[in-house]
Amino acid sequence: MNAFLATIARDLRLATRRGGEAALTLGFFVVAITLFPFGVGPGPELLGRIAAGIIWVTALLAATVSFDRLFRADMEDGTLELLALQPLPLELVVLAKAIAHWLMTGLAVTLLAPLMGLMLNLPGDAYLPLIAGLLIGTPSLSLLGGVGAALVLGARRGGALIGLLVLPLFLPALIFGVSAVEAVLIGMPLAPHLLILAALLAVALPVGAFGGAAALRLALE
Amino acid sequence: MTAETQPAGLVADHLTCERGGRTLFAELCFAVAPGGALLLTGPNGSGKTSLMRVLSGLLPPRAGRVLWQGKDTAEEPAPWRRALAWLGHDNAIKPQLSVSENLAFWARLTPAARGVDEALEEVGIGHLADLPAAMLSAGQRRRLALARLGLTRGGCWLMDEPTVTLDTASLARLSAMIARHRADGGLAVIASHDALDLPGAQSLDLSGFAVAP
Repeated sequence: MNAFLATIARDLRLATRRGGEAALTLGFFVVAITLFPFGVGPGPELLGRIAAGIIWVTALLAATVSFDRLFRADMEDGTLELLALQPLPLELVVLAKAIAHWLMTGLAVTLLAPLMGLMLNLPGDAYLPLIAGLLIGTPSLSLLGGVGAALVLGARRGGALIGLLVLPLFLPALIFGVSAVEAVLIGMPLAPHLLILAALLAVALPVGAFGGAAALRLALE
Repeated sequence: MTAETQPAGLVADHLTCERGGRTLFAELCFAVAPGGALLLTGPNGSGKTSLMRVLSGLLPPRAGRVLWQGKDTAEEPAPWRRALAWLGHDNAIKPQLSVSENLAFWARLTPAARGVDEALEEVGIGHLADLPAAMLSAGQRRRLALARLGLTRGGCWLMDEPTVTLDTASLARLSAMIARHRADGGLAVIASHDALDLPGAQSLDLSGFAVAP
């Protein structure tokens, strides 16, 4: 447990020292959302109707731009091979790195989402399902994205590849995240959508840990 | 050879390694007992690094086994990982962290038997502990990587070219460090072109195990 927490703490500390890393993801999130009122026109009614979709899609894209750095720096300076030889199983190392990634992207995006909702004229009832959905849905993104990041470690220009690889995997989270908001707006219960997002997370946990570790071992051979 | 007759320590049992369709070495056997050391030599490309990676478990051999205390390390990796301290070509140093923070992270991951300060003193960079690792010279970075091995007591050190970028004084310190480790009951496998002072060490020339193409 100590080693697991140490790995999370190290990634968070490195990210804050490098500065800008988490800020880069959030900056992308905010700037990309800001583009939409210009693109579709500033009509408050139209914006309010598509606000939840905009926020979710942009959250997926913001998470995707940060995946390339998840393992690459550790691979290049020899940290990864050393981590693979520690008593702590590589699966838990992958999990720890996914948690650190989520704290810096998924959680941060969730906290910023109400502000973005305000800008996009999101209906008042939609805030709770949007935030609850992001909170439960975004950890899956960090886990599945970790597998993608580990798979493209051997490839040059892996950054663009990751997007192609993982964005389709994010589709279920996107569908149920947005439909949670829709459901509340038309007076349907919220719980089923959140439960499906939780079920997706329950699948993403083992897939992320075992899949990510297996891909890393291949990359290290 | 059966498991019952295996000596304690590290044993390579008929290892064959293939990289990119080329067999680097075949039927390689050796045994290193606690307190012992093995110096790997051989020309560039003879497979020293590949052998080190096979021993560590990073690279599965095509045939053969690596045994630690009589147990197959592929089947039972846990005891081997606890005993293993790895020094690869890369130093695994984060320039954003200070020298002591770099080492303290590994001290929390491995069952560290010695303190961070003690390990830094042993390689002669104790006075640099609070400096960002980005400020270190190449030789000092190598010494910081060596300090990571110095955290452990006993066990097995796998050192791939540990002397790269080290000055003469550091070479002497490294020899003393390995001697201390062996006196503690540890063993070391070292791939190096430099003359290290390793009293009573076995040596193995990998070119003798090369397979004619």
